[in-house]
Amino acid sequence: MTTESELSATYVLEFPGGYTRTTGPVIGRFLTELRDARIVGVRTADQRTLVPPLEYDPHTGDPVTEEFVQVGPAGTVAEWVWVQAPRKNHPLDRPFAWALIKLDGADTTLVHAVDAGHKKAMRPGLRVRPRWRAERIGQITDIECFVPDVTMIVSPVRAEYTITPGRALTRFLEGVRDGVFLAGHCATCDKVYVPYRISCPECGSLIAAERQVSDTGTITTFAINNLPDPRAPQVPFVSAYILLDGADTPMIALVGDVPAHEVRQGMRVRAVWLPESERTLAMTNIKWFAPTGEPDAELEN
Amino acid sequence: MGNRCAIIGIGQTHYTTKRRDVSMAGLVREAALRALADAGLTFKDIDAVVIGKAPDLFEGVMMPEAYLADALGAAGKPMTRVHTAGSVGGSTALVGASLIQGGVHERVLVVAYEKQSESNATWALSTHLPYNASLVVGAGGYFAPHIREYMRRSGAPGHIGTLVAVKDRQNALKNPYAHLKIPGIDRAMVESTPMLWEPIRYLETCPSSDGACAMVLAAEHAVTGRPAWVHGTAMRSEPIFRAGRDTVNPQGGKDCAADVYRQAGITDPRREIDVAEVYVPFSWYEPMWLENLGFAAENEGWKLTEAGCTALDGDTPWNASGGVLSSNPIGASGLIRFAEAALQVRGMAGEHQVEGARKALGHAYGGGAQFFAMWIVGADKP
Repeated sequence: MTTESELSATYVLEFPGGYTRTTGPVIGRFLTELRDARIVGVRTADQRTLVPPLEYDPHTGDPVTEEFVQVGPAGTVAEWVWVQAPRKNHPLDRPFAWALIKLDGADTTLVHAVDAGHKKAMRPGLRVRPRWRAERIGQITDIECFVPDVTMIVSPVRAEYTITPGRALTRFLEGVRDGVFLAGHCATCDKVYVPYRISCPECGSLIAAERQVSDTGTITTFAINNLPDPRAPQVPFVSAYILLDGADTPMIALVGDVPAHEVRQGMRVRAVWLPESERTLAMTNIKWFAPTGEPDAELEN
Repeated sequence: MGNRCAIIGIGQTHYTTKRRDVSMAGLVREAALRALADAGLTFKDIDAVVIGKAPDLFEGVMMPEAYLADALGAAGKPMTRVHTAGSVGGSTALVGASLIQGGVHERVLVVAYEKQSESNATWALSTHLPYNASLVVGAGGYFAPHIREYMRRSGAPGHIGTLVAVKDRQNALKNPYAHLKIPGIDRAMVESTPMLWEPIRYLETCPSSDGACAMVLAAEHAVTGRPAWVHGTAMRSEPIFRAGRDTVNPQGGKDCAADVYRQAGITDPRREIDVAEVYVPFSWYEPMWLENLGFAAENEGWKLTEAGCTALDGDTPWNASGGVLSSNPIGASGLIRFAEAALQVRGMAGEHQVEGARKALGHAYGGGAQFFAMWIVGADKP
């Protein structure tokens, strides 16, 4: 059975070849200038500049003067609306803005497309300039669209280094590969520095004595990090100052195997090492420090 | 201390997240030209330029002083770059002052800036080197443990940081140049924001700002306009990996304060200093520095904060401008502290003016709280 609603047909009404539009002297001058990549307006009797020009002053109905003035080509966006999904006959095939643009020297605004890339780039006051078509024929579309002024450039900077660990770091990393923390003992200050180093940051003396310190220690203080970063552990993660038993300087390390909010100052922890077969000359041999379960240490005041 | 040194011109840009309308050269010129206008001078009247900013990795411009020399009228003049991490703004002022005090120059332009919007400071401060484990934590992650330790040692109640966060932002509402302006800010608002690096909440941290600050410093016989006078200058640093280093109350800060107070003849800073501009990028650093700078006994600083002593109408106002918590173009932040101290004793701080301020402290710290810069400025000649 056929219903009325199923009965439909496409019907095109299009004058063959297109209608013509006789421009008259004023619009014709405007389009002729466009073909030469210039934008002109026309002066009214009270010295305002209409862009696009008209044959009459729209406020008074009086004829305009015969004085044409070049305006722009730059201008300022007065109002705008964003087109997220352009239609087939829109001037651009990507999201763009329709804008009312007041060209420099004009007293009225011109409607045109702005290829701003993103809605957030649009604002009243945005400075724009025309992007001209290479082939111009004397139509408003001789201006493909307007584009924002250049206000920023991207400046890629890349420095590539070869990092060669010195004697002290190499020695420390050898220890870490073997599952031990090596420290330097300053004989003058009687202080034990971890990681191992060969000069004392306090007195400047050469450190001759190497010591092995424990892989257990005490959390002196810590932060719970909640800001995600692709290079960091998954949040929340605890970064702690850990004073290894036998050392006089704390090291900063990750704390794991315990919920972040159960970590305490004074908590006793031990390094969790990667299996020997997976170790390299790097600090990543230590997965993190985990609670030992011993009673908390007393903290100094 | 050498010859007398006066601050005769101060210029600031408005501090904001993104100054998309100016280049780096335009930004520093804006501050410099305002400082020169304040002094009634032009670049021609300047003998030397000292510029400061934080790590080059922030904007990725290596040795920006070379690029900015002619933008600051330094062609044919001595140009010096200073860099002491976050304290660099303060150090820049002190290097400039030393050129006057040492009799080398008559008028020196000091400028500091940061255009943080060109990249990301946390990225620049958290480079991940080979051989290390990656713990990307940025400045907040670095300082949070020291704040936690202060809270433990002092027994300060948890809301002290909130009080500072509110107080400094209320002051910022009175400073036309301040970046963060949060009308109606209160404790509930601060406490409702998330913990970024526990125990530091979002609104207990400083913003990322673009901005520049400049000052014209002059020898006594070259003074124009309304001077503030330098009464003392001091810088200290300490090794960050020293065994037993007190990261809550660093020795370098105590020594620096003792030195600058001795030069200025100050024995009781809380009573004798009318207003202090102190580098407080995380709210808890106010009580910590109250102790480090001798305004309160150890573990007692938070009591001054809690009692409102550091408020604009308190007995010892801290950060009347809104401080680093309200505006943080990192390289300039120290210089802004020094400039705001000078503005106060010149009586030109406008709505955030501390009534009758005659003596002020400018303070900056940097790195892992290992670099310190301070000056005392006064309305009277030293």
